[in-house]
Amino acid sequence: MCGIAGLIHRGKTGDIGTEMTAMLQSLKHRGPDSTGFALYGSPKGNTLVMRFKVAEQDDMKHGFKIHDQVKERKAEVDKRLKELGATIVSAEDATEYAYRYTLDYGGDKRKLANYIEDIDGAEILSLGYGLELIKDLGDATVVADQYHLKGFKGSHALGHTRMATESDVDIRSAHPYWAYPFADVSVVHNGQLTNYWTGRRDLERRGHRFMSNCDSELIAVYLADKMSQGADLKDAMKDSIEELDGVFTYLVATADSLGMAKDVMAAKPMVLYESDDFIGLASEEVAIRSVFPHEIDTFDPYEGEVRVWKR
Amino acid sequence: MALRTKSHEMGMHTEKLGGRTQQRFFSASEEENFTYPGAFDVDFNKRAEFDADKLSTNEINLKIRDLMRQGYGTIVMKNPGAKHAVAVGILNKLNLQIEGSLGYFGCGLIDGPNIHIKGRVGWSCAENMLAGTVVIEKNAGSTFGAAIRGGDLVCKGDVGARMGIDQKGGTIIVGGRCGAFCGFMMQRGRMVILGDAGKNLGDSMYDGTIYVGGKIEGLGVDAVPGEMTDLDCQWLERKLKQYGLSAPKGVKNMTKIVAGKQLWNYDNLEPSEKKLIL
Repeated sequence: MCGIAGLIHRGKTGDIGTEMTAMLQSLKHRGPDSTGFALYGSPKGNTLVMRFKVAEQDDMKHGFKIHDQVKERKAEVDKRLKELGATIVSAEDATEYAYRYTLDYGGDKRKLANYIEDIDGAEILSLGYGLELIKDLGDATVVADQYHLKGFKGSHALGHTRMATESDVDIRSAHPYWAYPFADVSVVHNGQLTNYWTGRRDLERRGHRFMSNCDSELIAVYLADKMSQGADLKDAMKDSIEELDGVFTYLVATADSLGMAKDVMAAKPMVLYESDDFIGLASEEVAIRSVFPHEIDTFDPYEGEVRVWKR
Repeated sequence: MALRTKSHEMGMHTEKLGGRTQQRFFSASEEENFTYPGAFDVDFNKRAEFDADKLSTNEINLKIRDLMRQGYGTIVMKNPGAKHAVAVGILNKLNLQIEGSLGYFGCGLIDGPNIHIKGRVGWSCAENMLAGTVVIEKNAGSTFGAAIRGGDLVCKGDVGARMGIDQKGGTIIVGGRCGAFCGFMMQRGRMVILGDAGKNLGDSMYDGTIYVGGKIEGLGVDAVPGEMTDLDCQWLERKLKQYGLSAPKGVKNMTKIVAGKQLWNYDNLEPSEKKLIL
């Protein structure tokens, strides 16, 4: 069934790493397979943040040469970045297979993403100026500890706890999804799209790539495609209500906004808390309560509803 | 012989039913009412309070049961923290005051208690409720009062989609608006919406009555407008007053929705006739 959550501090930054960890941990029962975070920190000029992996967690348990392969893949990433004219400003390894690079790069992001993902096992989880996308197997506290997310400051965030249904239990199929190749756009989703393959074929014909068979990735790419044609976020989301078929509630974040959309059947839950300086959304109120333990007024958005908030 | 109860004499339950369902109405004041084996003898004047903040759902429900066992008839629960499945399966007379909000499936499968919730409730509140009252001061999520069979379920704020789906009796009252598909496959009872109602209201309803004070986005299949009678108005005035509510434009201006009962004849068709329409 999956659990999704989102938060946005308006006009200020907050401890979004700790807050989102608490929200997702309280949604663990909705999805114990994997947990993902899309955290929006403060951009540092034109420095790009690239989160990527060169193997699945499960790969590390198999094969005699996997540890050497991981090193080789990472070296190949470094080599290709240099070829593209990107300068690695900093490199951090949260795990043996997942990395955080900051880059000086003014070139085509799609070209960069395609060239890096051409390496066997490599996948860019996010590429942006504020967005950092972290996802792995396990519950929220496990992933947050593994990737040192406590103390991560920022303006807004999305999160997801996944119960795998239509695709594998791996990092590739975990949410959130970055909307390749657009910087700073990410999506989390609870539901099922019934016109996934039709939509995917259409978007692939338009030059977009899919890294998984997960229907949630389609939403990210769909929105990115709409926005690339000039639609603003809210219009793109409104179109999705008409054009995406199935039952779904999803959250989307951009560099400065957070949005939610609910299908016309209102079949998937979403609870909303809204105040002057904070917006919290989650599949269940308990997640919002993990940030606001005192009594708060919440409500359910209605069927077919689209909302967007600026930070 | 048809059973007539006080509620019939009061003008309730006047739907012309075809005899497919039978219902016996529960009244808290009647001595002949059914009491569950093992029900606790509680005293409404005996009051207990407990803090649910650090308790799990299971511990909260066991705490309520334990207090009833000790004879407490009035229980105040503090800090429920929007936990799920709280105050479920209470088959006892009881005054339960919940000072906060509940998560999903709160107050489900209850038969008899009077529950007052100061906060909000999540999805599926009071599902399959048999008797008693549940009053919510703030908003409620979707599938509010799904398949309830009796009692009064009142939300003074807004309610989500699919409220009263498969409602089989009792009364659901909403102070604000409600979402889509409310009253879907409703079979009996009454639903009162003082604000606006979403699309597909009363879709495929078999019977029962829906009153709407605001705008209706759209009626479902076989849901049709009915004629507001004096009996309807009297009942609405009385019922709303009971919970401190009133219709913004007066009960006379509310819209009454009933079943067209065109779909209802489907089961009377011969197998060969069914093939023709399938």
